[in-house]
Amino acid sequence: MRCGFCLPACPTFRETGIEAESPRGRIALMKAVADGIMNPDEAFETQMNHCLGCRACEPACPADVKYGQLLEQARDSVEKHTTTHRWWVKIARKAAFEGMFPHQNRMRLLGGGLQLYQKTGLRKLLRGAGIMKLFPPHMREMEAILPDASYKGVVEQIGTHHAAKGEQVAAVGLFRGCIMDVLFTETNKHTVELLNEAGFDVIIPETQNCCGALHAHSGEQDGAKELAKRNIAAFKAAGVDWIVSNAGGCGALLVEYDHLLQDDPQWKQDAAWFAARTIDVSQLLVRHGRLQSAAQAAAAAGAGSVIGGGLQTAGGAGCGGSCGGGVNFASGETVRITYQDSCHLRNVMRSSEAPRKLMRSVANAEFVELAEADRCCGSAGIYNLTQPQMAGQILDHKMEHVKRTGAHYLLTSNPGCLLQMKNGIEKHGMSGQMQALHVVDFLHERMCGTAGRSGSPD
Amino acid sequence: MLQDAIAGKLRAIVGAQWFKDDPESLITHSYDGTPMLQSLPDGVIYPANTDQVSSILKVLQAHRIPVVSRGSGTNLCGGTVPVQGGVVMVMHRMNQILEVDLENLTATVQPGLNTKAFITHVEGLGLFYPPDPSSMAISTIGGNIAECSGGLRGLKYGTTKDYVIGLEAVLANGEIIRTGGKLMKDVAGYDLTKLLVGSEGTLAVITEATLKLIPPPKTKMTMLAMYKDLYGAARTVSKIIENRIIPATLEFLDNPTIRVVDDFAKLGLPLDMDAILLIEQDGDAATVERDIARIADICRSENAERVSIAADEAEALKLLTARRSAFTALARLRPTTILEDATVPRSKIADMVLAINDIAKRHGVTICTFGHAGDGNLHPTATTDARDADEIHRVEEAFAEIFEAAIALGGTITGEHGVGLVKAPFLEWKVGAAGIEMMKAIKKSFDPDNILNPGKMFAKSARKRVVLSRG
Ligand SMILES: Cc1cc2nc3c(=O)[nH]c(=O)nc-3n(C[C@H](O)[C@H](O)[C@H](O)COP(=O)(O)OP(=O)(O)OC[C@H]3O[C@@H](n4cnc5c(N)ncnc54)[C@H](O)[C@@H]3O)c2cc1C
Ligand code: SF4
Ligand code: SF4
Repeated sequence: MRCGFCLPACPTFRETGIEAESPRGRIALMKAVADGIMNPDEAFETQMNHCLGCRACEPACPADVKYGQLLEQARDSVEKHTTTHRWWVKIARKAAFEGMFPHQNRMRLLGGGLQLYQKTGLRKLLRGAGIMKLFPPHMREMEAILPDASYKGVVEQIGTHHAAKGEQVAAVGLFRGCIMDVLFTETNKHTVELLNEAGFDVIIPETQNCCGALHAHSGEQDGAKELAKRNIAAFKAAGVDWIVSNAGGCGALLVEYDHLLQDDPQWKQDAAWFAARTIDVSQLLVRHGRLQSAAQAAAAAGAGSVIGGGLQTAGGAGCGGSCGGGVNFASGETVRITYQDSCHLRNVMRSSEAPRKLMRSVANAEFVELAEADRCCGSAGIYNLTQPQMAGQILDHKMEHVKRTGAHYLLTSNPGCLLQMKNGIEKHGMSGQMQALHVVDFLHERMCGTAGRSGSPD
Repeated sequence: MLQDAIAGKLRAIVGAQWFKDDPESLITHSYDGTPMLQSLPDGVIYPANTDQVSSILKVLQAHRIPVVSRGSGTNLCGGTVPVQGGVVMVMHRMNQILEVDLENLTATVQPGLNTKAFITHVEGLGLFYPPDPSSMAISTIGGNIAECSGGLRGLKYGTTKDYVIGLEAVLANGEIIRTGGKLMKDVAGYDLTKLLVGSEGTLAVITEATLKLIPPPKTKMTMLAMYKDLYGAARTVSKIIENRIIPATLEFLDNPTIRVVDDFAKLGLPLDMDAILLIEQDGDAATVERDIARIADICRSENAERVSIAADEAEALKLLTARRSAFTALARLRPTTILEDATVPRSKIADMVLAINDIAKRHGVTICTFGHAGDGNLHPTATTDARDADEIHRVEEAFAEIFEAAIALGGTITGEHGVGLVKAPFLEWKVGAAGIEMMKAIKKSFDPDNILNPGKMFAKSARKRVVLSRG
């Protein structure tokens, strides 16, 4: 089927207008390779790398073509055949995919190193000495907006078990992520507090590790599978009702573990169990959290406002308090907020409504829809580092829309997008009037009246 | 592969970046929306303006190299498959709205302009461009003109040909002609504008078009009529027209189509119904309400189980968008989806639906049907598997009989998708041997060396008519 419905949804097609840069074109290339009409040569590899992997083409496709799976297979076969990676790329990849990401503790060491670098003045020194200039500009930009890293992850800081406030709705396991836990430890902590407040027991299984998304999306299928198995085992052992993710990029792979392990008879069933229970934090809050029952209660009482029209703002709530009456979003001044979808949350986990419902329910916050929020911001894993030109072009278009919202807060649901948005705000000279935050941090700030740390400009 | 010298000349015209002959570009221009067809070109070129198109054609004409003009490649007749190789000329860079003339209510645009972008733009100015093929989010105005596309609004407002009033086009020898203009009346000579509309890239390359715009309707209402009985739905279509009501949209979907569309669009459509009609009327409020009430009565008199009205514009839009996805959504059922385009007079819709189902049964193939019922334009769509040669053969035989049946009912082999490669063997059935000769003569005078989209429209040999046994 080559109807082309996916073309208008694709950011790279939109930037170039060239068929080969479209989902339909890329699928044709993959098919040509499969049929032996074309070799998986350098041009093919380049084209596969040009794809953001944002998967906007999937919900656009009425035929339900699973583009993401095709892409992963294609990248996997490129990885197996490639001759173009230079030796140092190979070593770096090996270090990252086999040496770093699979090991939560090593990631934290890396975080520690980064922290050391950031805290000790080494950063200042290097920047002052102009050594950063040796790096290409897009790397320098990214370095500048990296939040303060931490070598103590969420478990090291607050432990593994956190009881619900009030009556327990369900027990959930938090997927803490690797990058998330190093660069956005505070967001993980805030997620726990928010979930407790909404009635969930939170367990953070210690033996969990990286989700494997970077592996899977870079053609390292085998590595991804190993990681998946370890995570499944960790969460099965924890005996939870839901597995919560607060990073769209990770969540999207977690919900596809069943697909990843479909040919593994030993793991198939457990993978299905895992995939069926994985849910994004926003969706969990809206669908099952006490949030909803609070809204329903308000509606039933015929008083107060409900979700979608501003949630009740009655006092007494707050993570420090012991109300146990569900999350209430209250705060002082009215701010304007807007939202950039995480592609994977939207296109793979198919959740675009839940975060919006939450944001609309925050009192004293005016939610404005960002034009083309459903379009990839160009972050796409490490795409902004590997394809700086296309990523930059996409980001520039994105920031034009962002500017028009006049928002104080630009919220997102994924660490990669968050960094990219911070980068965009910086690049377009908007840091004076606007701040990028994870949705969870914003909700937490409104709930507890404390500013989210990861949002503080550095 | 083109000779280096020729490729060099083409590069010199458009700039090195805009002529490509790498495997990647060739493969991604070897197909279009039509299933099962593929053929590699020798090069792909992206002109930026009319002069470049003219220079390109001069080079290609001198070397007798075929050229296929291409919009977004969404056509469903193999119209842009480069069966004889040569150069695919992609019109995407020529995508500007050159002017919207608010005094004359016309717009002048380049051919590579996206149809939906154009419609959205003129609607923003409080004007209306009705031709809306289901592919409008992807297709180009040039492709619409070359195929004379119709759409969901065709019943009341007509199709692309009713809105094209002037063209600029480049002939095979590189000469530039202009036809028509911002004129509502023009009988100076043969009507070349109308001749080029629907010419499928075989007569000239369209480089600019002047389009007629109209004031938008004041209001509209959208309704769904649901039937347990397929024929009741089909009869309703004829009866609405017979009662002298012309709805803006009158679309038909059978049960398998309802199911796949709902699976994609999650609208909560009634999955237990045999057919639904999607009906829209527009105009001033009083007329719309009166028409919708009368249509609802007619639906009930033909045993509609339920009639419901879309709550608001957003819901109506969802329904229309879902309908537009029908063809692709059917691909959920089987690996290969082959859609056809048989059209009959509107009074014969019920007969045609009967005939299609009967033919499908006799050949042991699955054919779902949906389409612009109000236009008499049905899309019987086979869900099949290209790898099963025997089944594909039966599908082909079934479609041949479906065309035959359509012609027998006073209809045609294609209502909007064009002849291209796919329908070429059947063209003679519709227009006769003398008609074919006349058309070939026209083609020859425009394009003596047969370089413009060769292999399309005219088949080497016409298909023999199958003997129709209707029981
Ligand atoms: C899902 C789907 C739904 C569809 N629904 C409809 C529908 O409702 N109604 C309908 O009529 N069609 C429909 N179609 C068919 C198709 O979309 C139309 O024929 C459309 O007009 C093609 O536009 P395009 O830009 O993709 O042209 P292409 O497919 O690229 O080209 C179509 C033809 O036009 C020629 N051409 C293109 N540009 C030029 C030019 N500048 N000068 C000269 N010749 C040119 C090509 O050579 C070719 O013969 C549908 C297709 C799909 C995939
Ligand atoms: S991937 Fe889906 S939307 Fe894209 S061309 Fe194929 S069928 Fe159409
Ligand atoms: S994943 Fe994103 S960039 Fe890649 S083809 Fe799909 S829409 Fe385009």
